[in-house]
Amino acid sequence: MAAANTVLVFLWLGMTSYAVLAGADFGGGVWDLLAGGLVAGARQRRRIAASIGPVWEANHVWLIFALVVLWTGFPPVFAAITSTLYIPLTVVAFGIIVRGSSFALRQAAVRLERAFGPGFATASLVTPFFLGTVAGAIASGRVPPGNARGDVLHSWTGPTSLLGGVLAVAGCAYLAAVYLVADARRSGEHDLVEAFRKRALIAGGACALIALAGIDVVRLDAPRLYGGLVGRALPLLVASVMLSGASLVLLWRRRFGPTRIVGALAIVTVLWAWAAAQYPDLLVGSLTVAQAAAPAATLAALVITLAVGSVLLLPSLGLLYTMVRRPHPAESS
Amino acid sequence: MLLADVVSDNLTAARAQMGVSLGWHIIVASLGVGFPLVIVVAEWRALRRRDADAMRLARTWSRTAGVLFAVGAVSGTIISFEMGILWPGLLGTYGSVIGLPFALEGFAFFIEAIFIGIYLYGWERLSPRLHLLTGIPVAVAGIASAFFVVTANAWMNDPQGFHLVGGKVTDPNPWAAMFNPATPAESIHLLLASFMVTGFVIAAVYAVAMLRGRRDRYHRLGFLIPFALAAIATPLQIGAGDMAARYVADRQPIKLAALEGQVHTERGAGEHIGGLVINGQLRGAIVIPHALSLLAHGDPNATIAGLDSVPADQRPPANIVHVAFDLMVGAGVGLLGLAAWWAWAWRRTRALPRSRWFLRGAVLAGPAAAVAMEAGWVTTEVGRQPWAVYGVLRTAQAVSTAPGLFAGFYALLVVYSILTVSTLYVLMRMGRGRRSEYADPAGAMAA
Repeated sequence: MAAANTVLVFLWLGMTSYAVLAGADFGGGVWDLLAGGLVAGARQRRRIAASIGPVWEANHVWLIFALVVLWTGFPPVFAAITSTLYIPLTVVAFGIIVRGSSFALRQAAVRLERAFGPGFATASLVTPFFLGTVAGAIASGRVPPGNARGDVLHSWTGPTSLLGGVLAVAGCAYLAAVYLVADARRSGEHDLVEAFRKRALIAGGACALIALAGIDVVRLDAPRLYGGLVGRALPLLVASVMLSGASLVLLWRRRFGPTRIVGALAIVTVLWAWAAAQYPDLLVGSLTVAQAAAPAATLAALVITLAVGSVLLLPSLGLLYTMVRRPHPAESS
Repeated sequence: MLLADVVSDNLTAARAQMGVSLGWHIIVASLGVGFPLVIVVAEWRALRRRDADAMRLARTWSRTAGVLFAVGAVSGTIISFEMGILWPGLLGTYGSVIGLPFALEGFAFFIEAIFIGIYLYGWERLSPRLHLLTGIPVAVAGIASAFFVVTANAWMNDPQGFHLVGGKVTDPNPWAAMFNPATPAESIHLLLASFMVTGFVIAAVYAVAMLRGRRDRYHRLGFLIPFALAAIATPLQIGAGDMAARYVADRQPIKLAALEGQVHTERGAGEHIGGLVINGQLRGAIVIPHALSLLAHGDPNATIAGLDSVPADQRPPANIVHVAFDLMVGAGVGLLGLAAWWAWAWRRTRALPRSRWFLRGAVLAGPAAAVAMEAGWVTTEVGRQPWAVYGVLRTAQAVSTAPGLFAGFYALLVVYSILTVSTLYVLMRMGRGRRSEYADPAGAMAA
């Protein structure tokens, strides 16, 4: 069990990293969508593109990481989720393709904004929404074990799924705005600082309202999860509420550096509250960690791989994020 | 609808979808494996010899590679989804055996993506030397990630490292699964193929330019670096191909029979070039007597199993596999000829062959290498049918039973058609030297 739990922690660390890093990249696309006309929104779009550009591919890999850890460590869970939820997951996969390639193609050659901008922006909205519906389907216990044994339509269109979708979009938009405020300030674009600060406050407020309304949705639609959230996971949930509030206050008072960290932690604690509430079920009500885990030899090999891999991975990530923050010679005038 | 009908429909849809997405990804992924090496060589040359042309090439290529990496990363992602969306029976059952190389690949992909970000955006932010160094992890991780993925495919051809007890997997040994007997030949073959695709495709672009009269040093060097890489890989690939064929002869005799269109078991079998299996007979093939027995087993009189040595429901579709195999070998031999022409001229004159026919051949070599890659992939994948995991799990047992899979396939066709056209359009536009004001706010990517 210890090995299975270790793998589970790595898996969830991967999902969390995906949410706060890639989530912000999607959120950037959402703000691109809302930036206004081609000329009026150009500077915002350029700021967003500059922030996302060097990091989005690396951030995206967290999803692959979580997927491969899931199918190696808990194979039946992977098979059940992907086969029952194949419709939203296919949309997510297409969203990832359209978002990523539109972004890269738009960056590559002149006057392609009109051709690829809308694809990038729209897919940035669609992808987190459908990922959220997947999360909702799992959390509300609508994915049974086996090969496509759940309802391929109704499993991900329930209230918790819709809540998950909307919350994911709002959360991504909030994170992105919070990161962009700090980026804009570092590059000295003061009007953009104000614009993104306003957007961050709106998105943060929206998140809070959605989450508040979501309490009732979860209580009625996902009673098992609700029991966990107000039980074992309550400290994390309370922490999340406090962090969210703190991040809005910091934002209001223009302490943009700490806002980044506190805002991200608010999202992290929500995700860990969900995990704690659902544990030890991986498929709610039908499959626990112990039942789903791969045999010991596989888990051992996986833990070794994860440990050694992390030793390579973390310094590399550190290098990337350090380099990104290093001012561009032409930019630091 | 009966479950059997769903499975049969889904099998067609799932195979079509997997085929399109993998067939697309394999080309972009090959470029992802080979391109970093080409760029690093150019940059290294630029720094070492203060070669401005080489530096311009490295910069231009890094922009192109940036687009290809992005498109490759996202087109690879849908494949990890499809492992479950389309084939829940494969990883749902065998994930504990063969998941590990994917986890290793995940880390390799991570390193690749991180250092690509550093490399592409680091031209102005890092010292020239450090920048060159950051290209090396990209090249190494690309090779590593291809290797890991191929070990999983090799395992599907030669499943090891587990026991089956009453249909359940027990005693998984992921390391033994990864390093199965098919791994050496398959991984070497694929890596060399990736270098060939990369080298010949990039060289083809410069060959076109040279045929149009742009024969300055910049274009010659742009041709030479990738072409040399591919030309070195080609003869090695012939050896690796022989190794792979011997492996297939030993461990997958029915796949060999399909490769060769060998219908009946035969002692001292000949090598069949061309031809089609019609009504249980191979027709229209050129036969080199005893050559197959000799090549496969080192004995001109060795026995070669025919397709009819197994029941009909265990045979792969022979014609697809045979044609694909001949196409791959034919393209490979043609590329070898071109590589030899270049090597001969280079030895004598330290210059490219003068003939325009050489350049015309080099233009063709780009698509030919890509075709050989696709054909080789069809050979090994279709040749394994009807098995997803050879001798253990039928493809039909692995497929999803969800209704409506065909819709996903049609949607994929639409998305990939747009993706293909857009990518080619942008690459061609980049080739004409027009760059985006978005590339970097302050022009970090501007040469």
